[in-house]
Amino acid sequence: MGKEQVGIEQNSELLRFVTAGSVDDGKSTLIGRLLFDSKTIHEDQLEAVAQTSKKRGLDHIDLSLLTDGLKDEREQGITIDVAYRYFSTPKRKFIIADCPGHIQYTRNMVTGASTANLALLLIDARKGVIEQTKRHAFLSSLLQIPHIVLCVNKMDLVDYSEEVFNQIVSDFKNFAVKLETKDIRFIPISALEGDNIVDRSKNMSWYNGSTLLDQLETIHIGSDANLIDCRFPVQTVIRPHKKEFHDHRSYAGRVEGGIFKKGDKVMVMPSGLESTIKAIHAYKEELKEAFPPMSVSIELEDDIDVGRGDMIVRLNNQPNQSQELDVMLCWMNDRPMPLRGKFGIRQTTRNVRCAIQEILYRVDVNTLHREEDVNQLQMNDIARVKIRTTAPLLWDSYSKNRNTGSIILVDEQTNETVAAGMII
Amino acid sequence: MDKYILEHLEELESEAIYIIREVMADFDNPVILFSGGKDSIVLTHLAMKAFYPMNLPFPLVHIDTGHNFPETIEFRDNLVKEMGANLIVGSVQKSIDEGKAQEESGYNASRNRMQSITLLDCLEEHKVDAAMGGARRDEEKARAKERFFSHRDDFGQWDPKNQRPELWHLFNAKMNFGEQFRVFPLSNWTELDIWQYIAKEDIPLPSLYYSHKRKCIRRGNAILAYSDYLNLKPDEKVEEIQIRFRTIGDMTITGAVESNATEIEDIVNEVATTRVTERNSRADDARSEAAMEERKKEGYF
Repeated sequence: MGKEQVGIEQNSELLRFVTAGSVDDGKSTLIGRLLFDSKTIHEDQLEAVAQTSKKRGLDHIDLSLLTDGLKDEREQGITIDVAYRYFSTPKRKFIIADCPGHIQYTRNMVTGASTANLALLLIDARKGVIEQTKRHAFLSSLLQIPHIVLCVNKMDLVDYSEEVFNQIVSDFKNFAVKLETKDIRFIPISALEGDNIVDRSKNMSWYNGSTLLDQLETIHIGSDANLIDCRFPVQTVIRPHKKEFHDHRSYAGRVEGGIFKKGDKVMVMPSGLESTIKAIHAYKEELKEAFPPMSVSIELEDDIDVGRGDMIVRLNNQPNQSQELDVMLCWMNDRPMPLRGKFGIRQTTRNVRCAIQEILYRVDVNTLHREEDVNQLQMNDIARVKIRTTAPLLWDSYSKNRNTGSIILVDEQTNETVAAGMII
Repeated sequence: MDKYILEHLEELESEAIYIIREVMADFDNPVILFSGGKDSIVLTHLAMKAFYPMNLPFPLVHIDTGHNFPETIEFRDNLVKEMGANLIVGSVQKSIDEGKAQEESGYNASRNRMQSITLLDCLEEHKVDAAMGGARRDEEKARAKERFFSHRDDFGQWDPKNQRPELWHLFNAKMNFGEQFRVFPLSNWTELDIWQYIAKEDIPLPSLYYSHKRKCIRRGNAILAYSDYLNLKPDEKVEEIQIRFRTIGDMTITGAVESNATEIEDIVNEVATTRVTERNSRADDARSEAAMEERKKEGYF
């Protein structure tokens, strides 16, 4: 799998995955190994890491240094924010959202998970399934990541024992029945030694599955997007005011669900006005159809009033329209969220205001127990809340469509993004 | 491959166009930071695609250090004319003349760091509330944690410890008066993606990126273009070398690589097989381990 072949290989898919693990379970080493073995690491980067390793008195090159980002982190030796990494093989290009493992950073995991197709969770083979493993799996499930790959790391430190691995798999499966994720895979690895990362391990002949990289390259992601319910939130209107395009008026946006075709009967929401798709434009080309996540512009047969925040949908398949929302909320700010707090809310291309009407319960992310009678939310709390908005939103449940079912809350005094929510 | 799945360049393109359109909708006075380098050229190309058949709805802002390659300036002026775009030039020389910036001295003198001063002045003068740049997260480790929508305080500074969480593609563009955003639509692209895309879309580039003979000097591991702005050390001699540039910045700091790549396909292959990062040839990043991060905090791109 040399990078040599990548240059000519353009028809590869993009896989976005999030990595999470606890402190010291070898996540940075694993990512360093993936980058290193896929030849993404360049000589000057490796040289810098080798020098730092030496400075710190290490006798090997510490691959985890490759993923150390900001100066403050390097000094403290911890990762404090989601970092994005890139590597590619001839089959796929990968974007890694690398999430810190510290307890207080649930918000980072939620952030990294929001755009991921796959979650790569790490377990230390010596420690087995611990609270953090459960929390990361729960968050992956909550964020509706379609695939989870559980890597049991540091197998070299448990003598590559099949029993240890099987016990962890069985423990995790017992817990996972509570999760919504259907596709969960297990791989015994050693990131430090390179077992089952790119090459099959000679130390674990009992393992019949494929390597981590092989799974990342082949896992089927073609059906992850919703291709049924047509949703096109309008970002902006394209009107050239030019002689040659005098009558051109189209609506720019990204397909967030379904497959739009030329000639489709559509409705513009919230106005309810009906029309037909006259053309789908992508730059100078006219397309027969458009599907997620394509950015296009849509021209309608009829001259009707459409603007930012409106949604073009198929006539007989409409999203919900309401001012009352039930939301699973992750609170992300130092200052606690008060009950009946008022916020700006952003959903698709709409910005309105909202108030938190009721906190139904808070989820203990370790036990998944529901705690009632909660009056405020602290940083990293996850809770089911009732929200009332100042104007109707056009939405689907998050489980049906991650794009039209997600929201963020913005503090109107500080302008900070204070919460992320999934509509139920 | 499935019928309803995009290949990676298409997905990256779609993401960038989505973000550029959000910038248009969310801000009053957005601009594109145009350096004349390949990333800002790709960004400009995407912005044009995002609003076609409209004219480019963003002015291009170029911070001219006075030490630019003449090829860069020529390319810039042609592009602006072709696209019917507006060009705003911020002059580092002017900042120096006004006493706002101080010229560095010595063999490694560069105007790179002074760009931040001119840039911030220029953005303030034109009341810019969002400046889009072609920076990518794979370029340098300080950039790996950069947001698509990066909030800057009223001094234009970046606070890496206090960044807003960024979820899904729901961008928070709220700010107070006097503050601004930097937006990076190419965040998820790698150097190879950029080159593959340039090849796929047949995007014209300054001739500097292609192999040519040039008068250069060798300094340490770097090959620098010979120019009037470069202070030569006594033992350095000018020689003619077949080179090309992987990045384009000031003539004083942009290192060249020896290369015979005259066609875009050659370059794509060269980039795919090369073993050092593109910024390795940049003298500005080599100053210290945290050089880029420090400059970003001050308001650099």
